[in-house]
Amino acid sequence: MDADPPKAISIAIMAMGGEGGGVLADWLIDMAERAGSHVQATSVPGVAQRTGATIYYVEILPDADSGGAPVLALMPMPGDVDIVIASELMEAGRAVQRGLVTPSRTTLIASTNRVYSMTERTAMADGRVDSGKLIEGARAAARTLLAADYARIAEQSGSVISAALFGALAASGRLPFSRSDFEEAIRRGGLGVEASLRAFARAHDAANGTAAEAPPGEAAATFPRLPAEQREAIERMPDLARETIIAGCVRLLDYQDAVYTELYLQRLAKFDPSNTPLLAEVARYLALWMAYEDVARVADLKIRRSRFARVAEEVRLGKDQVLRIREFLHPRPQEIADALPAGIGGWLLQSSLLRRLTAKGRIVETTSVSGFLLLYLVASLRKIRRRSLRFAVEQERIGAWLAEIAETAPKQPALAMAIAECQQLVKGYGDTHARGIANFETVMSALPRLKGKTDAAERLSKLRQAALADDSGGTLKTAMAELAP
Amino acid sequence: MAERSFKKEAEKLRLGAGEEFHGEGILAVTKALLQSGVAYVAGYQGAPISHLMDVLADSAEVLQDLGVHFEHSASEATAAATLAASVNYPLRGAVTFKSTVGTNVASDALANLASSGVQGGALIIVGEDYGEGSSIMQERSHAFAMKSQIWLMDPRPNLPSIVKAVETGFELSEASRTPVMLELRIRACHVHGRFTARDNVRPSFTLKQAMENPVRDTNRIVLPPASYLHEKEKIEKRWPAAVKFIRERGLNEFFAEDAADIGIILQGGMYNTVVRALELLGLADAYGESRVPLYVLNVTYPLVDEELRRFCTGKRAVLMVEEGQPDFLEQALHAILRRADLQTKVLGKDVLPKAGEYTGDVVLRGLRRFLDQAAPLLLPPVLPSGAAEPGQPKVPAVTAAEAQVHPRPPSFCTGCPERPIFTAMKLVERELGPHHVSCDIGCHLFSILPPFNIGASTMGYGLGWAGAAALNARDSSKRTISVMGDGGFWHNGLASGVGNAVFNQTDNVLVIVDNNYTAATGGQDLMSSRAENPLRKTQNSIENAVRGVGVNWVKSITHTYSVGQMRDVLKEALTTPVKGPKVVIAQSECMLNKQRRVKPLLRQAVKDGKRVVRERFGVDHDTCTGDHSCIRLSGCPSLSVKDNPDPLRKDPVAIVLDSCVGCGLCGEVSHAAILCPSFYRAEIVSNPTWTDRLAATFRRWVIGIFQNRIDRRLGVSA
Repeated sequence: MDADPPKAISIAIMAMGGEGGGVLADWLIDMAERAGSHVQATSVPGVAQRTGATIYYVEILPDADSGGAPVLALMPMPGDVDIVIASELMEAGRAVQRGLVTPSRTTLIASTNRVYSMTERTAMADGRVDSGKLIEGARAAARTLLAADYARIAEQSGSVISAALFGALAASGRLPFSRSDFEEAIRRGGLGVEASLRAFARAHDAANGTAAEAPPGEAAATFPRLPAEQREAIERMPDLARETIIAGCVRLLDYQDAVYTELYLQRLAKFDPSNTPLLAEVARYLALWMAYEDVARVADLKIRRSRFARVAEEVRLGKDQVLRIREFLHPRPQEIADALPAGIGGWLLQSSLLRRLTAKGRIVETTSVSGFLLLYLVASLRKIRRRSLRFAVEQERIGAWLAEIAETAPKQPALAMAIAECQQLVKGYGDTHARGIANFETVMSALPRLKGKTDAAERLSKLRQAALADDSGGTLKTAMAELAP
Repeated sequence: MAERSFKKEAEKLRLGAGEEFHGEGILAVTKALLQSGVAYVAGYQGAPISHLMDVLADSAEVLQDLGVHFEHSASEATAAATLAASVNYPLRGAVTFKSTVGTNVASDALANLASSGVQGGALIIVGEDYGEGSSIMQERSHAFAMKSQIWLMDPRPNLPSIVKAVETGFELSEASRTPVMLELRIRACHVHGRFTARDNVRPSFTLKQAMENPVRDTNRIVLPPASYLHEKEKIEKRWPAAVKFIRERGLNEFFAEDAADIGIILQGGMYNTVVRALELLGLADAYGESRVPLYVLNVTYPLVDEELRRFCTGKRAVLMVEEGQPDFLEQALHAILRRADLQTKVLGKDVLPKAGEYTGDVVLRGLRRFLDQAAPLLLPPVLPSGAAEPGQPKVPAVTAAEAQVHPRPPSFCTGCPERPIFTAMKLVERELGPHHVSCDIGCHLFSILPPFNIGASTMGYGLGWAGAAALNARDSSKRTISVMGDGGFWHNGLASGVGNAVFNQTDNVLVIVDNNYTAATGGQDLMSSRAENPLRKTQNSIENAVRGVGVNWVKSITHTYSVGQMRDVLKEALTTPVKGPKVVIAQSECMLNKQRRVKPLLRQAVKDGKRVVRERFGVDHDTCTGDHSCIRLSGCPSLSVKDNPDPLRKDPVAIVLDSCVGCGLCGEVSHAAILCPSFYRAEIVSNPTWTDRLAATFRRWVIGIFQNRIDRRLGVSA
């Protein structure tokens, strides 16, 4: 070691604006200066302070006694970074992408939590990137990877992520400072010291791999209270589809009643159980379609005791606090008419009453007696759902879709699967739902031209993805035009 | 009031001789100004020099004790014109702004100032917003210095060098009767380091003395024939005086001058990067001890020919490390060597990139190429780790991870009041089709990015409406929309945009985003800020100003979060038969600043046992169908997605994160755009009163009866 000339330890902190990357850098500076080291830190906050990605860069030269003032760099040099700290998983990926993480050199401290990018959040279906790939890439690129959900550790400690990351940094052992040096820096910082030290300690353990295991996930779905013959029908279903079918029954029993689950099981019985993947997917999408969203369903879900409890948990309601919940509802006239018996619904649509009632959105307080009772009343429309206009329309659509799958399955099983998956397009409320149905019908209209072709399944899936590419329908239109014979 | 308080930093300005200053580069500059006996300071905030302004704003006492006058200038032009005080009086003055944008605005005054010449030292501190983290066009301030013959300093990026540059900058200015520009790159402004302080110095001549003993000298006024004399004086007197001062005082530095027969000439600001590259090549140590000769230009304009000749004599080749383009320094070096008939080979932008930031790896690669060509024997046979050439094949796992990384540009903050303005514009677009939108400078420019994708051009600060001036055809069936922030409005937009639109009889629409601060530069106060400011006169109404220059169609929306209202006003402005300019003023306080203001107060109130209601929004995951329309109309950082807890669904559902500040936009959007019934607003009452508790108990009892019935149907044991 003596032969090596003194060299600064380089630390890059990958952060997002307003996330406390600066706090972390400040603790580092304070700790290093106290220890008599030379330290230099820079950043390019600027406009990135508004939620953008940014880097704080710190260099520490512990050997402060010799040689006067060192010349320290103002930005990380790819291949020459000792420690990279990323407060989020995609930012860890960004550090890898920028070449800051090298196998010979870099300890990468990465929080595995995700702060989704705009692209991921605005996708019409699932636009999220693969976290597993990010972690594997980080592991492959780094000398040592200390990955944990430091954001959750911080949250559970009532602190901020910088404190947890500081704990992981202490655990990494790459800095010539003791644990108490780190903790003293937090104490001198003076803000939220106790919570920060808690987060620091837990993250320290997590980075060392000595933390307790996370609690196990949710328990498997409980078997619904169904008539014996339905239970037996479910038992006869192939193993790999059964989980989904049970979930479907749970949903439909919750949505309507056991008569409705009977219909569900009858519909599924028409499919060949030996093609289990198709059966499972049909079971999934059929349940979702049969449990279509209407005003009664929404009201039903909003007024439950379990939902009140969930909201209280989500807003972290304290013991001595009072919670009030106000719903933002704006049903369209059609949606109200849809939930009523066909005759009344049609008549109401003719009159201007509904239009006037629904011209503006309403805010209903579910935690007030009047608001609750209003929604309770709307929820009770469930009992007359079977006589509603919408019910008839949806059952007809479901029937046509199922028939199409059933007819295609023996000849082109892959295409049958692709047809089943098209149900993904039908979702939402109001305009979103209308757009979804229109897209579904457009995609399905291509079916006659695709049948019999070897790549039919692939092409139908492409159309489905085109429908999900944007909400103006532009991509789908282009894709349909390209399809023309 | 700026985004945060700088009282702590202000204390550092009081440090006396021998005490050690720890802090940011730009604060060191501020301290150095006071150590130099500056009489007045002015400027216009903007990254990366905002903190200079913010700290001085919080240092009223220190400034008062020293008798230093400090102004928030209306614009960079105002700031530069402020230096006129140093033309006739021996007053040291400094101004600061972001460059090159601020220098563009200031250039009229700067050119006049440079022509007149100065008596007291005049320092222009420019934050060179270039490279990573920059928010502006990529240009150099260097050209401004050259065209007006203003001297340009580019010191090594460490605090002692920066402080020294400020102090000698004043002297250089006085010795050559020329304003001096001090250029600091972004990282240098934000670099944390230390230097040994000196005592602050009261100005030797005061503003009071100047005002009470006015001086005029027609030879210092830019009008013929003096203007012709100025040009000659610059070349014949001031320039040689500057060169003499730079040489005699050794402002430029030589390191290891005779260590080899090659060398590197570099801008002072590039020093640390070059030394690190040398260190990685085994040619320097951590303390800057170099084996390659270095000539460091702490003054990059004017060049000292004699020093360059001296450095190049006896050297086979030199490398010029000059960041930015065009390559002014390299061209000048070629000319100087040619005139001296020196055959030293000059490399520069042939081994280094012609454009773009000179980051560590860029300089390292350039240096290697230079040494390969000029002195291959200097390079160690085996390069130390870290200096290895990048571009080695990557393992598949790394390539796969890199493909998962999205760009993460800046965006509107949680609860930003500007977001709903663009949500409303999106909704109007659905009804009336797209319009030409001319943008301005400010946070509102984030509208050009997803999810809004609104805006066609931006022509500069306050120039939003001017940018649509030509699109004023009488026979168009559509109007244009321009956007301007309150910052740009007071900077120049009132005249260049609104006045221009009135005078030229436009029929188009301007939306003024009025959020109480110059939010994008750090939340400083401006003319129309609502807050009382002890130093400044705030609360001047934008609407009065707009009406005052002759706009009759003006509508103010005092709550931008009312998306429906916002949409209707925009629709009206775009479709009304009324001819003439139309101005919509959209007012709501910048949420970042509001939270900074309100949060501590609320926390204290809860602690004190007072009744406090906190609002936040939420999404019911069981009614959310995962279409994310709500996010596409908002983009709020607090509105995100999470795994769908529903075993049947795959698409992620929306979630409101706990960072939600309850601005109300989510609810307004779901109403105005008729989205979905999943949004709720939770009101959390801390320290509820006994009536709160009683009512809550009663409600729980009644509702509980019905919930029991639901639970029985669902088979849940209550």
